[in-house]
Amino acid sequence: MKNVQKLKRANKSLPFFFKDEFKVSFVIIFVSIILLLTTFTFDVVPPILNRGIQPATFPKALLVLIITMTLIVYYLATKNPWKNEKKLPKSFFLTLFSFILFVIVSKTLDFFLAISALSIFVSYYWGEKRLFYLLLVGIIFPIIVFIFFETILGLRFPPGIITNIYYS
Amino acid sequence: MDNLLLMLAPLFSSKLLLVLFFGTLFGLILGVLPGLGPTTGGALILPFTMTLDPLSAIVLLTSIYCAGTYGGAITAVLINTPGTPAAAATCLDGYPLAQKGEAGRALGMATVSSTVGGIFSVIILVFFAPILAQLAYEFGQPEYFALAIFGLTMLASIGEGSPIKNLIAGAFGILISTVGKDFMTSIDRFTFGINELTEGIGFIPVVVGLFAMSEMLTQSTLINQVFNRIALKAIKLPTKEDYKKTWKTILRSSGIGSFIGVLPAEGGTVASLIGYSEAKRFSKNPEEFGKGSIEGIAGAEAANNAATGGAMVPTLALGIPGSATTAVILTGLIIHGVRPGPDLFREQPDFLYGIFGAMLIANILFFIFGFFGAKIFARITLVPNKILWPMIFAVSVCGTYSLNQSIIDVWIMLFFGVLGFFMRRYGFSVVPVIIGLILGELVEGTLRQSLVIFDGNWLMFFTRPIALTFFILSLIALAFPLIRSKKNK
Repeated sequence: MKNVQKLKRANKSLPFFFKDEFKVSFVIIFVSIILLLTTFTFDVVPPILNRGIQPATFPKALLVLIITMTLIVYYLATKNPWKNEKKLPKSFFLTLFSFILFVIVSKTLDFFLAISALSIFVSYYWGEKRLFYLLLVGIIFPIIVFIFFETILGLRFPPGIITNIYYS
Repeated sequence: MDNLLLMLAPLFSSKLLLVLFFGTLFGLILGVLPGLGPTTGGALILPFTMTLDPLSAIVLLTSIYCAGTYGGAITAVLINTPGTPAAAATCLDGYPLAQKGEAGRALGMATVSSTVGGIFSVIILVFFAPILAQLAYEFGQPEYFALAIFGLTMLASIGEGSPIKNLIAGAFGILISTVGKDFMTSIDRFTFGINELTEGIGFIPVVVGLFAMSEMLTQSTLINQVFNRIALKAIKLPTKEDYKKTWKTILRSSGIGSFIGVLPAEGGTVASLIGYSEAKRFSKNPEEFGKGSIEGIAGAEAANNAATGGAMVPTLALGIPGSATTAVILTGLIIHGVRPGPDLFREQPDFLYGIFGAMLIANILFFIFGFFGAKIFARITLVPNKILWPMIFAVSVCGTYSLNQSIIDVWIMLFFGVLGFFMRRYGFSVVPVIIGLILGELVEGTLRQSLVIFDGNWLMFFTRPIALTFFILSLIALAFPLIRSKKNK
């Protein structure tokens, strides 16, 4: 209880633009405004083909609703500040980085290789140092999943260095 | 009588029995593993259901739903971490009782009350789903629009989070459903020149991202966390004394759970919280709650499993999901070409009663598996996260890719994983996004068709009695959290 109060007090002492409630509300409103502006670029249907409302009207209404509700959330947060969240650990950023690594490797090299690389990377940084288990999660298990999906669902994985060898 | 025979059909089909067996087993494993659960599991297994006929596919998904909801109790009792959100209330008394050396008794009560709650809700489903479906014959486009709005406003009261944040998440879910070609005019919306987005954003990448991938990121922040695990010797059936103490609570919570489940968008989590608090309110020993009360376990577990059958009522009768997992089941129905609604009850009773029967059997099966195998299932929690989550990643990626064979879907899944993590971190529930996404097309479609019928006159919505009733219920649903928070103050 004391810790929560401490965290709340710590949050209160920050300038408003450093507070979580401001940052979160700002991001939501910023993205919503960009999307709202995008809706003005949607094609307009001639009245004879138009059914009910224009295709842009519904998303526009939704975005205005989201912006309004976010403003309410921010207003309420000024009265009752959110508790300050703990700083994210290094392992989180490494996992996030592994997601980016996955996207790059799957696009440029190979889908299977990307799964394998991410699995080994994540498992290692989460504390698994034993070689057998690293091989299990990084190679043996992905091979089982790969073959399982391929044979049961008749799935064809995207071409790549390893996948091409397998298919040839 | 015919319907009863149709319900027993799964018992006479070796294929369906096998599917039920596997689904229950898989559901239990998913329920036991914290962070996974029937919603993620259902979404991951959805591509595999393509190899099955529609009835087997839905039987598989529903058995995962029933068993997964129960499985969460095992982890809640033994490691004080709910395997599923619906088991959160079970921790409050399950773990303290286990600490007193009565883990077997706690799990025995959880197993019995879950089974009773589940069976009770299937009976409710059998009786009420056809009645609701019959009523749905009176529904036109305006009524469906009003019903969908009611379902969305119910999001305000799910869980313990902020109602407005839930509504923002729900509106965001609807917004995702507008991506792609407009289904009425074929005009591109939010596609940003990416061809793959013209078909819209799929349900599976969003669900797997929001549930599985965001959980993987959450687990990455907890890698040094140590759980206090309590050893389980054997599960014990409740004693006569326990039954005497809890039978009223079990029945009450079964009723509460079934009712909450029927309400669109609610589900096991809300049901168990209300079931628990009502058990405490009616108890002769409310001071024991939170310290290992057997009534607390019974109240929470009967309610969350009763919500499974309840949630299937609007899903099958109206095509409105009663919970996040039934949203996955609804997607399964649509993928297999089954259109939920009143026509389903008239044209395919064998299919429908097959599902009812399968749910009934799943409840009995998880009782048997739980009773004899809880010790083994409890050991699954010993699989370290550093091995488990990379494996889940591999299955998630392949499962997401497999539906449309699209790498873009995999990237969308990862994007929603990151988004889901930050949503949860800042108190936005991810469940409303799923409900919003599944209801989005219905909301927009019925709104636009209604406006065509009304010649653009919005006020005409209020001249339709059923639609007006749903709008009034929506206002009540919006006002309810406000009243509740004022009362709490």
